[in-house]
Amino acid sequence: MEMKKGTLRQVLLITDGCSNHGEDPIAMAALAREHGITINVIGILEENSPEYHQKGLREVEEIALSGGGVSQIVYTTQLSQTVQMVTKKGMTQTIHGVINSELQQILGKESTIEDLPPEKRGEVMEVVDDLGETMDLELIILVDASGSMEKKLATVQESLIDLSISLNSRIGYNQFALFAFPGKRDETELLIDWTPKLNSLTQAFTKISSGGITPTGPAIKAAINEFTNRRSRRRLITGDEEEYSEGSGF
Amino acid sequence: MKKNTPKGQVSKLNSGDIISGKWHRNEYSIIRELGSGATGTVYLASGKGGKVAVKTGHDSMAIISEVNVLKHFSRVQGRILGPSLIDVDDYVMNGRQVPFYVMEYLKGDSLFQFMKNHSEEWAGILLVQLLTDLSMLHRAGWVFGDLKPDNLLVVGPPSRIRWIDVGGTTQIGRSIKEYTEFFDRGYWGMGTRKAEPSYDLFSACMIMVNLAFPSRFEKKKDGRQQLKEVIRSNPLLANYQSILFKGLYGKYQSAEEMRNDLVSSLNNKGRFKVSAPSQTSSGASRRSVHKKIKKKKKRAMMFETVLLGSFLFIVYLFYLISQSM
Ligand SMILES: Nc1ncnc2c1ncn2[C@@H]1O[C@H](COP(=O)(O)OP(=O)(O)OP(=O)(O)O)[C@@H](O)[C@H]1O
Ligand SMILES: [Mg+2]
Repeated sequence: MEMKKGTLRQVLLITDGCSNHGEDPIAMAALAREHGITINVIGILEENSPEYHQKGLREVEEIALSGGGVSQIVYTTQLSQTVQMVTKKGMTQTIHGVINSELQQILGKESTIEDLPPEKRGEVMEVVDDLGETMDLELIILVDASGSMEKKLATVQESLIDLSISLNSRIGYNQFALFAFPGKRDETELLIDWTPKLNSLTQAFTKISSGGITPTGPAIKAAINEFTNRRSRRRLITGDEEEYSEGSGF
Repeated sequence: MKKNTPKGQVSKLNSGDIISGKWHRNEYSIIRELGSGATGTVYLASGKGGKVAVKTGHDSMAIISEVNVLKHFSRVQGRILGPSLIDVDDYVMNGRQVPFYVMEYLKGDSLFQFMKNHSEEWAGILLVQLLTDLSMLHRAGWVFGDLKPDNLLVVGPPSRIRWIDVGGTTQIGRSIKEYTEFFDRGYWGMGTRKAEPSYDLFSACMIMVNLAFPSRFEKKKDGRQQLKEVIRSNPLLANYQSILFKGLYGKYQSAEEMRNDLVSSLNNKGRFKVSAPSQTSSGASRRSVHKKIKKKKKRAMMFETVLLGSFLFIVYLFYLISQSM
């Protein structure tokens, strides 16, 4: 099986409740998937959060499902480890999906990795592991900055620095960008422009003024636009296109 | 972890259930559950060749990944490292295909159970054994990754540490696949998560710290300083202070180097303990063993045990040293 190395495009959405403004986030996640972008979601739960709050987090699962990614609901204390696990699993799942669709082209409609005999599956898994380790990654982090998140932002910040430690231990290159929603003026605000390392977060979150609305859908849309613009900018500069998963039809 | 596969959770197996492999057609009869974790559940089962451990899980990628590691282990010459791999297959239950693998069943005690019934110096000896295995693993190009008491068993007699759960085992130069915060140098702000021998040595030191603090503790602002203070102020850890600091700060180039330091420090301590046996009787672990015996009798027995223990211990050290030189 030949696989060309390229760039994995992932979104990590961190939120603590349901959206209440703008486009339907589940629809936006489906749109992202069509662009070859995977949406992973983390729902933050507070230790003694009320029942209605937990219900609100059901949206978290649905966004990830429709965005082809992974979701997890956690208490703030487990955030760091979850953030890196969800991101890595999301990357693996994306690669897995791409390989499955290639297998279907070779072996026919219904084939997936699970249909291969265990020995062959092992070989495919080595390819998946290999790609997960060596592919370049572009990650957009969307942080819910609505009022209820205010107290949790310090932990979020810590977990993102921790994520950067994990991802920068990989062989492949990383680029991160960080958006908050709602922003000061717009629904979404770019807090950190593309950077290979997330250690400059300390100032980033102090710029946020926690607003009342939760525009999750618009935030996902902004991420799609950012990826698309970035790609066309890059194509203008380098003249080539080596993006991964484009048109792979999964 | 909620994953977006239509397969969902796998239902638990019960004692008496028989699973049969779809590809290799081997049957395994479930005896009982051994444990479960993030990746799946491990059962004790009986197969053609006797008792085995069967690991099943919903995440076929994670299962296959572990199988790949176990396969690589069997290629490492000389000593056996992880449990040996016996079979890999799928079973079908309620119309759902579930991946599983079969490995050698390791019968033993958890690290904490073992230490409850043994004297303090065993902590050092087990660590020496662990470092011996790690050095083999590292030479073969792998790092264990998720090193912690949960993933270790003491088998025997003769007592020997063995590792289980190779889910974190990573090729050198890559990023650590799985880790647990308390044992992870990234968490303590003391290094990257790149798979290199020093990553495992950090965790090995933290296992020692965990033995001294069974309920663990959380990181405060400055992790490095915090660990330093913890080690200095704890009697068990202070014994190994210089080795622990070197290991935690990534100063050891290899597991052998750390192992050799530890062996010579244990050698010295062995001699020290014969002449001052009352030192060890303060161990909390001992107290629980001989609870019911009267005080005087207790002290005399303790003295004997320590003497005998120290003697065996020194013989054992010679054995260890001759074995791995
Ligand atoms: N080969 C074996 N022999 C005996 N017991 C075993 C064996 N393998 C696993 N176990 C037992 O099963 C438990 C769970 O196994 P394991 O750690 O592999 O699961 P896991 O799902 O990977 O857990 P986690 O990733 O959370 O550590 C172990 O803690 C151990 O008690
Ligand atoms: Mg385990």
